[in-house]
Amino acid sequence: MPKKYHIETKVTAPRFPAVGKFSTVERREDCAGSCSKCVKKKCVYNVFKDSYQHVITMDEPEFLYLCQSCFRCVQECTKGIFSRVVNPDYILMGDEYWQPEIINQTWFQAHTGRIPVSGAGYRGVFSGSGFDAMWTDMSEIVRPTRDGIHGREYISTSIELSRKPMRLTFDDKGSLPKSLPEITEIPIPVLFQPPSFGVFSEKEVVAMASAAQRLQTLMLIDAKDYSSAFYCFDGTMVPRVTARDYKEYVDIICLSKMLEIADAPGVEDEFPRLRGFKPGLLIAVGLPLDSKAPSRALELTIAGVDTIHFYADDNGREIGSGSPRPLRDLIREVHKKLIDSKLRSTVNLVFSGGIAMAEHMAKSIICGADGVVIDIPLLVALECRLCGLCKTGGSCPVAIGEIETAWGSQRIVNLIGAWHNQLLEVMGACGIREVRRLRGEVGRALFLEDLERESFAPIFGRRTVPCE
Amino acid sequence: MNTVQPEKALPEAVETPSRFRNPIGKFVVTRNSRCTGCGLCASLCPHGVHIKPEGYAKPLPPRSERCVGTACEKCEYYCVARCPNKALSVSFNSTLETMGDYRWTPEMLIAHWHMAETGNLPEVDLEYSLGSSGGGFDKMRFRTPVPSEYIKISDEVIDTSLDLNRRGDERPQKTLSLPCYGGGMSFGSTALNVIVGRARAAKRLNTMTCTGEGGYPPEFLPYAEHVITQVATGLFGVREETIQNAPVVEFKYAQGAKPGLGGHLLGDKVTPEVAAMRETVVGSSLFSPFPFHSVYSVEDHKKHLDWIKEINPRALLSIKVSTPSDADMVAVGSYYAGAHIIHFDGSYGGTGAAPDIAKKNIAMPIEYAIPRIHRFLKAEGVREKVCLIASGGIRNAVDAAKAIALGADGVVIGTADLVALDCIRCGKCESGRGCARGIASTDAELGRMISEEYAEQRIVNMYTAWRKQWCEILRQYGLRSTRELVGRSDLLVNMDYLDEAERAKYKPAPQNKLVI
Ligand code: SF4
Ligand code: SF4
Ligand code: SF4
Ligand code: SF4
Repeated sequence: MPKKYHIETKVTAPRFPAVGKFSTVERREDCAGSCSKCVKKKCVYNVFKDSYQHVITMDEPEFLYLCQSCFRCVQECTKGIFSRVVNPDYILMGDEYWQPEIINQTWFQAHTGRIPVSGAGYRGVFSGSGFDAMWTDMSEIVRPTRDGIHGREYISTSIELSRKPMRLTFDDKGSLPKSLPEITEIPIPVLFQPPSFGVFSEKEVVAMASAAQRLQTLMLIDAKDYSSAFYCFDGTMVPRVTARDYKEYVDIICLSKMLEIADAPGVEDEFPRLRGFKPGLLIAVGLPLDSKAPSRALELTIAGVDTIHFYADDNGREIGSGSPRPLRDLIREVHKKLIDSKLRSTVNLVFSGGIAMAEHMAKSIICGADGVVIDIPLLVALECRLCGLCKTGGSCPVAIGEIETAWGSQRIVNLIGAWHNQLLEVMGACGIREVRRLRGEVGRALFLEDLERESFAPIFGRRTVPCE
Repeated sequence: MNTVQPEKALPEAVETPSRFRNPIGKFVVTRNSRCTGCGLCASLCPHGVHIKPEGYAKPLPPRSERCVGTACEKCEYYCVARCPNKALSVSFNSTLETMGDYRWTPEMLIAHWHMAETGNLPEVDLEYSLGSSGGGFDKMRFRTPVPSEYIKISDEVIDTSLDLNRRGDERPQKTLSLPCYGGGMSFGSTALNVIVGRARAAKRLNTMTCTGEGGYPPEFLPYAEHVITQVATGLFGVREETIQNAPVVEFKYAQGAKPGLGGHLLGDKVTPEVAAMRETVVGSSLFSPFPFHSVYSVEDHKKHLDWIKEINPRALLSIKVSTPSDADMVAVGSYYAGAHIIHFDGSYGGTGAAPDIAKKNIAMPIEYAIPRIHRFLKAEGVREKVCLIASGGIRNAVDAAKAIALGADGVVIGTADLVALDCIRCGKCESGRGCARGIASTDAELGRMISEEYAEQRIVNMYTAWRKQWCEILRQYGLRSTRELVGRSDLLVNMDYLDEAERAKYKPAPQNKLVI
């Protein structure tokens, strides 16, 4: 039995009290002041005990992270002095896409390594755009594997990043070449890269690289930022270069398994020279996820690239379009283009931008990605509040540049541990035991447009409001 | 055509105020120290907000939850305007912003608490039939009725019954008085008094409740004719006698909230009583596998049903599954395997704990599943032979009516029962000692906050109010029974499928941005 992939999570508390959603507010003047059974003593979650300031000073409501919104204090106080308010800071975090709830849940996962579980059914909106307009399928009664989620250690989440020959080739003597190209795999379908903001110090990037190493995945980094601090992670680092500057970084390239070169006209002509630096070097090309992405992907595939990395914007949208389409549709388009050209299985596709939750990873793969590259969730794992202050030169409310790398690394490992578990949940339900088989399995997904057409159109006719 | 059965006498609603002393309402009424206790407000307000008992110097604290708020401003008895000392004020309750979610909005919760208290639909202007989810039921409306369709008949003669055996086999017919019954909630996950209270209510309402996968506590025995025994993949507490007790046996293949994932009861909840009931070890987490490890094919599935039929010759058989893309095939397969009831549990509902990723993403919402299954069964010529039940995200009486109009014969309800018992949908049912409000908890203290009698009456009250709403819908379209509503999707419109002028005729659903 090969060793099973296992992610070692460990509870790693945040350095700052997290931004709470709500606060209880008291009308102190109405407090009888002498109830032997004051509701504050009864809070099942000990909110008032642990949050002593809340009891001592009531000038400003304190926004509580611990409160679980059971409302018993509100409803049981004999004088009814409690009411509740929303924390204005909470709703200001992030934006329309990176919603406060996503940030909050990312913190929870980075803290505990556990997957978010709750009772009482689903609480969110019915559907939305992009990934929120699809559901994953499940197998009822008869299913392709018998393991389900309870044979989870047998579910493989490995993907390859190396090019795959289409068929066996023989030399002129009719025999197989002595060595076949090496296969490079990572055990989870997620790679890392530093986010475009919020990097105050190298410590953050080192924490990310160290987590990537522990998780046996890869970390992309601009070659110009590749300092000696990363030498100990050499097998993990993927330097990003351009056709113009790569010659300056030959020493770094020689340390690496893989490099990523930015797309440019004629970039494919550099492939032989790059491979010449180091035999077996994997070449990824990074390019924007725009309207030309599918045709460019085909050209690069024909030119023999190993992996193509498409960059969507931070909110998972098409680049350079007046009405950008979501990642969900673009991944499907690129995937389909390569399928139609019968070349899909020779190349690997990874996507970044807007991968915010574990479900986005699973859904990207169903749409046709081999894997995803994440950035902002890594920063959120380090307690970033997505307040945006750093983008305008402000100082960081959680002093993110001053973290300890070991702490940061563990928080990221925890987050990915939780994501990995969630991927297993989805795959288990689908009855699929290899993430490689999930790729492009749109038959294992339900798309909003299709459901509306199949279930509702026969009843309600034609939609007058387009599906988002 | 079924002849309309005379209704069993409907149970009586009995005023049953919340267990919590400060009910939450849409408005807050405050009385300040300028009040002299003249008692005028108490004599004015017809909604009972102000009460001044004999011999009291001042009125009792206002019962804000009864206040109709802004709607009252125009009335001549508006207390705020009439108080000689300007001691009263009425405002929106801002606490509502911190409560509820997109599916169960604060107003839907408050309205259901009111129904559970009084057995009546609320007088306060609350939107309790539509949530803010922006899709599914929240996009559907019953079309504007034509006045000439209206039939003036009383609730008593309207038939809301549901036949469970439509196969016409040798097994008995079982007819419920409501087009709904209670979903499985297990001993172990939910307080004993809650599940027994549900069984008592089921008896009074002539409907049913379900054991869930937690065994059959002896407390159910007096209500056995109204308790479904569930056989789930872990087979916890399934014994010959618990199968023999039941008028209906339900096979749970999957559940909507965590389709394909099986069940999981955290070790904390496995108390000595729970362990004894399930024949397991105290404190050790219990997993129900997915799927049945004895079912590899439709033939195996049939074998399962035959096994139960052998043990209990009078039981009707129900198959509970979730809503995968091939739900329609599963329905037909289950019919041919011998099921009387085919129960689809959509992905957005559920009461037990489940991974958030599963609740949001796996399998389709019930709104999509019902019409496709209904159509497919019709095309296969077996629709009239099965009782098609929908659940998972059916929150209120209007959702239930919509589900029936889409093609279900009836619905299964879980969450609303808990809301009737003051559930606030905080979602923390599995944390630490379990539900802080004493519902989904077996904790020595928290699990005893509710009495059986309270649970029974609150649930009876809520369904009494629901029935009033169903009767009103039926009357509007000239229908005399919920059976006539089945599959009448022509009575529904979907806001996303109407042109603008048509759409403007219908009330938009609330579209609040919520913190969840
Ligand atoms: S709402 Fe509940 S958890 Fe929050 S402070 Fe009050 S009693 Fe504690
Ligand atoms: S918390 Fe704010 S300032 Fe700090 S890294 Fe995040 S976005 Fe930047
Ligand atoms: S009318 Fe005004 S003064 Fe009179 S009892 Fe009511 S609140 Fe007090
Ligand atoms: S924990 Fe919250 S959601 Fe769960 S039953 Fe109790 S009140 Fe309802």
